[in-house]
Amino acid sequence: MSISDRVIAIIAEQAVLEPSDVTPESTLEELGIDSLGLVESIFAIEEEFDISIPFNANEPTAGDFDISNVAAIIAGIEKLVAEKV
Amino acid sequence: MKRVVITGAGTINSLGHSVPETLEAMREGRCGIGELDFRDVERLSIRIGGQVRGFEAEGRFNRQQMTLYDRFTQFTLTAAKEAIDQSGIEFHGDLAARSGVVLGTAGGGVSTWDDNYRSVYEDGKNRIHPFVVPKLMNNAAASHVSMEYNLKGPSFTVSTACASSNHAMALAFQMVRSGAAPAMVTGGSESMLCFGGVKAWEGLRVMSKDACRPFSANRNGMVQGEGAGVFVFEDYDRARARGAEILCEVVGFAMSSDAADIVMPSKQGAARAMAGALADARINASEVGYINAHGTGTAANDKTECAAVADVFGRHADHLMISSTKSMHGHLIGGTGAVELLACIMAVRDGIVAPTIGYEEPDPECALDVVPNEAREAMVDVALSNAFAFGGLNAVLALRRI
Repeated sequence: MSISDRVIAIIAEQAVLEPSDVTPESTLEELGIDSLGLVESIFAIEEEFDISIPFNANEPTAGDFDISNVAAIIAGIEKLVAEKV
Repeated sequence: MKRVVITGAGTINSLGHSVPETLEAMREGRCGIGELDFRDVERLSIRIGGQVRGFEAEGRFNRQQMTLYDRFTQFTLTAAKEAIDQSGIEFHGDLAARSGVVLGTAGGGVSTWDDNYRSVYEDGKNRIHPFVVPKLMNNAAASHVSMEYNLKGPSFTVSTACASSNHAMALAFQMVRSGAAPAMVTGGSESMLCFGGVKAWEGLRVMSKDACRPFSANRNGMVQGEGAGVFVFEDYDRARARGAEILCEVVGFAMSSDAADIVMPSKQGAARAMAGALADARINASEVGYINAHGTGTAANDKTECAAVADVFGRHADHLMISSTKSMHGHLIGGTGAVELLACIMAVRDGIVAPTIGYEEPDPECALDVVPNEAREAMVDVALSNAFAFGGLNAVLALRRI
């Protein structure tokens, strides 16, 4: 599975949706993921890829990690995974 | 109904090892938050906190006591001694039989759990010290205070996360006001600043890595603290009759439950608790000069709390002062309301309002007088102390100058 597929699988599970219902343009809000769900998704993604995502729930839009939609999240994770190697 | 007064106060926290030291630090706007120092701290991403420094259990407690006292109990006994010494109250006979101790803590003996899990899981040991259970239990501190001071009446521990101390003190107040107890020892304690304690909080991603800046637009989270605050609540007539020094009067309280979300605060729940405390104390909103805010420095709490204050106080919200002393001592979780009550006592007794330090940028969503960075002299008749816990459990106390 590609990074994109793995991230979508995690987000879909959090949203209680099928992966096919999660598109790159989907926002977390549209998928029904609230702030607690977001923190849980980030934890699941960190565990899946063994990375640390710079995310503070007090300032979700601050920092380099863009969570504006699924595509942005995937791009951010691809970057963190590439930096890890 | 009896009138209830505070005749003794004690504390230990990152600002000081006594009430005078703590109030001096609050007056000077000093910060007790710094680099954490304990085993495995390098494995944490959050490495700051309001840690109690220079506290030596050795010398205060004997060897046998040390094996039974978790750090949260040591803090409690240290604060209780100061409070009861100041009060001058001695518990004998009928007074002892009817007086008790109600304390708050969220985690109890967290470092005892942490040390012993480490021992069996990480070090692979199969034998642990026989006193682990009596050391870590949440009621250990209340029980040791009862034993030390001969308190034989209603005694127990309340655990409502960040509102634990306020719930505890509200219950103690009720007991004295109703006449069920002539005096109660009350307050709370917390000591979660160990690897496991901070690691658990880290996961929630609400902690700041650099500072606690309540109400400031650039705030980025809470910072943990540790310590205890303990008070003697006493029947006013009794305190007068024995010539005790009275610090202030406790005039009311209210508790409410958001019934909404396990972590997100609710404006309505907070507002109902503040309005309820005013109603219970039979005071007009316009009499309130100071509110010690819950003010955690998170995005969610501070704007919700300010909106609730605006709802309850209307136009008077612009004329009262509201500060968060967590900016100085950190968030003591279950012990926080007890240490913060000291700022309310200082406001009504000494006419000095503790500041919100670390305040850098105004936030239009927190547009109240947050007493930025410097303490202020002011005549305050009534002060409120807010605590709004995870789980949506709120408790607010009202104090009056005497």
